[in-house]
Amino acid sequence: MLDLVWIIPALPLVGFCILLLVGKRIGEPLSGYLATAMVAGSFLAAIGVFLSLVGKSESERAFTKTMFSWIPSLGVNAALLVNPLSIIMVLFVTGIATLIHLFAIGYMHGDPRFPRFFTYLNLFVFSMLMLVLADNFVLMFLGWEGVGACSYLLISFWFEKNSAASAGKKAFVVNRIGDFGLMGAMFLIFQHTGSLQYNQVFRVIEEKGMSTGTATAICALLFVGACGKSAQLPLYVWLPDAMEGPTPVSALIHAATMVTAGVYLMVRVHPLLELAPNVLKVVAWVGALTALFAATIATSQNDIKRVLAYSTISQLGYMFLAVGVGANIAAIFHMVTHAFFKALMFLGAGSVIHGMHGVTDDEQNMKRMGNLRKFMPVTAITFLIGWLAIAGVPPFAGFWSKDEILLGAYQSNKLLWLIGLVTALMTAYYMTRQIVLVFFGKERFGVGAVSASADVHTVAAHVEDPQSSDVGHDGHDAHTPHESPILMLLPLVALAGLSIVGGFMNTPFSAKFEFLAKWLESAKIPGTELGAFVGESPHVAGGTKFVLALIAIACGLAGIAIGWKLWSRSADNPQLEPALLQKAYGVDNVYSNLFEKPGHALANFAAFTFDKKLIDGIVNGFGRVLTGVGGVVRRVQNGYVRSYAVGLLGGAVAILAYLIVKTAA
Amino acid sequence: MNVPASVFNSAVFNSASSSAHIAEAGAHSAASVPFPLLTMLILVPMIGAAVVAVVPKTRHEIVTTLGLGVSGATLALAVWLMTNFDKAEAGYQFASKHQWISQFGVSWNLGVDGISLWLIVLTGILFPIAIFGPDERHERKSYVAWLLLLEAGVMGVFLSLDLFMFFVFFEIVLVPMYFLIGGWGHGNKTYSALKFFLYTMFGSALMLVASITLVALAKPKLGMYTFDITQLAEAGLGQTTARWLFLAFALAFAIKVPIFPLHTWLPDAHTDSPTAGSVILAGVMLKMGTYGLIRFGLFLFPEASSWFGPVMLTLGVIGIIYGALTAVVQKDLKRLVAYSSIAHLGFIVVGIYAITQQALSGSVLQMINHGVSTPALFLLVGWIYERRHTREIAELRGLQKMAPVFAGVFTIVMLSSIGVPGLNGFVGEFLILIGTFLTHRWWAVVAASGVILAALYLLWAYQRTFHGEPDAGDSMEDLNLREKLAIAPLLLLIVFMGVYPKPFLDRIDPSVKALIAHIEGKTSVREPEVAKMRGGIVEGAGAGEGAVAGEGAAVKTEKPAKSEAGKATK
Repeated sequence: MLDLVWIIPALPLVGFCILLLVGKRIGEPLSGYLATAMVAGSFLAAIGVFLSLVGKSESERAFTKTMFSWIPSLGVNAALLVNPLSIIMVLFVTGIATLIHLFAIGYMHGDPRFPRFFTYLNLFVFSMLMLVLADNFVLMFLGWEGVGACSYLLISFWFEKNSAASAGKKAFVVNRIGDFGLMGAMFLIFQHTGSLQYNQVFRVIEEKGMSTGTATAICALLFVGACGKSAQLPLYVWLPDAMEGPTPVSALIHAATMVTAGVYLMVRVHPLLELAPNVLKVVAWVGALTALFAATIATSQNDIKRVLAYSTISQLGYMFLAVGVGANIAAIFHMVTHAFFKALMFLGAGSVIHGMHGVTDDEQNMKRMGNLRKFMPVTAITFLIGWLAIAGVPPFAGFWSKDEILLGAYQSNKLLWLIGLVTALMTAYYMTRQIVLVFFGKERFGVGAVSASADVHTVAAHVEDPQSSDVGHDGHDAHTPHESPILMLLPLVALAGLSIVGGFMNTPFSAKFEFLAKWLESAKIPGTELGAFVGESPHVAGGTKFVLALIAIACGLAGIAIGWKLWSRSADNPQLEPALLQKAYGVDNVYSNLFEKPGHALANFAAFTFDKKLIDGIVNGFGRVLTGVGGVVRRVQNGYVRSYAVGLLGGAVAILAYLIVKTAA
Repeated sequence: MNVPASVFNSAVFNSASSSAHIAEAGAHSAASVPFPLLTMLILVPMIGAAVVAVVPKTRHEIVTTLGLGVSGATLALAVWLMTNFDKAEAGYQFASKHQWISQFGVSWNLGVDGISLWLIVLTGILFPIAIFGPDERHERKSYVAWLLLLEAGVMGVFLSLDLFMFFVFFEIVLVPMYFLIGGWGHGNKTYSALKFFLYTMFGSALMLVASITLVALAKPKLGMYTFDITQLAEAGLGQTTARWLFLAFALAFAIKVPIFPLHTWLPDAHTDSPTAGSVILAGVMLKMGTYGLIRFGLFLFPEASSWFGPVMLTLGVIGIIYGALTAVVQKDLKRLVAYSSIAHLGFIVVGIYAITQQALSGSVLQMINHGVSTPALFLLVGWIYERRHTREIAELRGLQKMAPVFAGVFTIVMLSSIGVPGLNGFVGEFLILIGTFLTHRWWAVVAASGVILAALYLLWAYQRTFHGEPDAGDSMEDLNLREKLAIAPLLLLIVFMGVYPKPFLDRIDPSVKALIAHIEGKTSVREPEVAKMRGGIVEGAGAGEGAVAGEGAAVKTEKPAKSEAGKATK
């Protein structure tokens, strides 16, 4: 079974190729089902590989499948590495991707580019699988850039809208800044170890050792890459704009899978990170500050997807905090549970947008919603489960993983722990605000039901394309929200179930229940001492653990209570939404003034002053001197150069003819 | 229709081979190829051009067929060359050397190695596309004739191992290109054609002088006049002399590449050239410069090359940033692609002067990659122009909605040009950067920042032309069958070279390694050990691996058993 691991990425690749060639002919909905089947097949194959890995002893749970040599002079192969870490990633990526594909069949219904959407989606899954399964940095980079390119294509999927087109470009370019760091890291790794294959690199480091300076430089550069992909300070700016993409894309790429790639990378190279304690500190602080920073912005957004986007940035910050304090298992744990509940909530938001379609002209504005639980009960209930999970209410999934991160932070630095705690409180608050505005309170979607003050918000106009129209929702009054079709509700229910029980894959009651930790701890690198995750289970006394958990729960409940109290009475509380937070601190403007405008001015200077006037001026002046002042044009018209060219050709032909004749003689 | 050409051809060579002047240099080629393949690569298009030129004006409809037939036959020869090329051999293959006028030491001296092989194949691929792809109806006869003559010249440049022959071909290519721009171009074509011509002529003049000087200076050591570069490499010039001569050659090639600040002819020439001209200019003619820097610069003047290395590296890096930066704000789509070429060629220049196997192989590969992607971009831009009669970015909008297949093809080519892994642009760029990093760290770092800008200028241009809602009344026909056929080979190469570059690198690497060894033999320049290790794949009885393990043992003596065990398991 292990030998067949290549099937996992091959299936979505095949799906992509088929859809690329004949997608249009297959049409809707068959192309959607085909894409879904491919990813589901991947998921089944992943289960097969996982089970055969479980059947092996701990030391044998690593397997490399080499397909062919890719870049020989760097010793880089197209090879897949199966180990406990990568297979966990594969399982949750393919599992969630299957559900989201299914949802998208309903959500994208009626879109004229329906097959194209699934073409990109399958390519994305393939790239993501290459990213997690690669056995070397370069192939990982292929996946890394591949998901970036798919993200670009999918964000700007509704390219007729200028905002969508700009958002796609922004995502790609900002990510490239991170990629620049990642490339730098690869150069250094190759220079110092002579290899780019994970296991070989770690083996050489173990044998030769590596200076702290080198390790610090490598890890810092890797972290720059991770910041780009996982939307951390200061490179997070692309993610909120990425919400321009269709909602299934936001759920799959910009919440559950791609954006966690940076965390995965950090965990993957943790033997290197351990040699660079200063970088670890930076990772922890960047993570914690990003978590807090994004959470504050999330409190004042009105766009249902933007709230979730800032929440994602914040939760990713938690994961980096975990990595930074050495709690790698907690990071992966939270990555998985977050994928469950955030995908759930994004799809829920998609279902809401779908249901609100035609009801209001501003279908993503939460201020235009309210009391939707009456119209969309399944969406409401599943969304509420996601809300409890992210707010950290036990026994829902988010509680367990967040608790482990806070525990790790507490052990490492009390201030980090405090920031994490405050963020947890704010998370519970803004999520409560969201569910109150969307599912409870008064119905505000009637025309003119909202006071003008709620529309100051600058980004309120991000409305998803009204493509899906009313086709297929016969019998619904166009002026009341409606529940989504079963195809969209099934994934919601499945993800809700996972959000309830997902936490039990790693509960702290006893070592016996730490399934995930035990599984990942066996992810050692063959032939080395490396690979065991440090700080895997924080060694804190049971009593302290319990008290810390209680504090975290209290924070979550407090956030919920405050949110409920403040927002259930009225949806119009401008004092709670300071303009600074609504505008997300104006960071986009700052960046634009700091980089975009001077850069543009510099480019203009280079192109139109330096190039055109200076260099070309010298060249033209030189030309004039050479051919006599002012004579150039006249001489050209007189055929001066023409006759010279003919002369040159004639001469060359004569020489060649001479040569041939001479040779032949 | 090329039968007469072949007959004529072999007739020449049958008589030639009976001549006493023949000295077959490569025993290998003599055994496997019974007829002068390389000579045919030059003569077939040259005679084809002559045949097209004598077609009566009234029969101009057969001109395209004739052009395609001749360039197709040339491609077939190139493919034959590729399949018979021995990838284990680092030296020149299929060599044919015909000594004549011994008093000047000029010879018809052709050969192909891993550095030139793919350029020849690329030339073979691009010319049929250039003839077939753009919808050029004006004065079809002379247009095709000039293109075929150009192909002969380009082949000659990449095949010549004789400095004099190289110079002749290097000059010949100017003529058809001058007439193509001047006759079939747009806009300010007379100015652009003249600029192109004079710029290059200026460099060539220096090269001619330097060539003759080199031959004259080499005579005492070699005992005779010779233009054969393998012999000239042993001329044993004084350091200063070699540096001056290198400078003259480098200037000629730098103009051709073009290297900043000698680049201003290129945007003008591209913008005003017909599509076919741009395809060939970007695809293969710019590579004459980078190829010259390798074949004649590095090989003939290794010490001078490494001495000027930092200067060339710096200019290359400036080209990357400057080309990309100026591309961002271009208003004409074709001009934008032209400036992007300056950036891409900057990478190639950097790779040449890093003097590591990875960087140099990367440069050779990147010449091909750029020769596939950028011609594809020029074709697409040309087709936009044919449909809309404008290339102004501001006048185009929403093309994707009207022409989705066109947009899809453009996207793939764009991603390739940006260097997304899995497509061809990445492997070459990555090899160049990593190889350069080993010897010139900070140049590589600055060069790598070019990848950010590359994404910026292309995606922004794409957004403005293809995205958005089309203006009312605008229309854009999607790709037709002829266009799909013309661009399909390039798309296939873009994907194939990205996924499986090994067949290319396998043939490039031995010659590159031999050239690096040649440089190391002539200078004190030494490639870093880690470059020779080639990613831990041990070459020749595990010398590389042993070195690492040995070092490891020295650094961390407490774990000798471990490294022994590690070795034993392999």
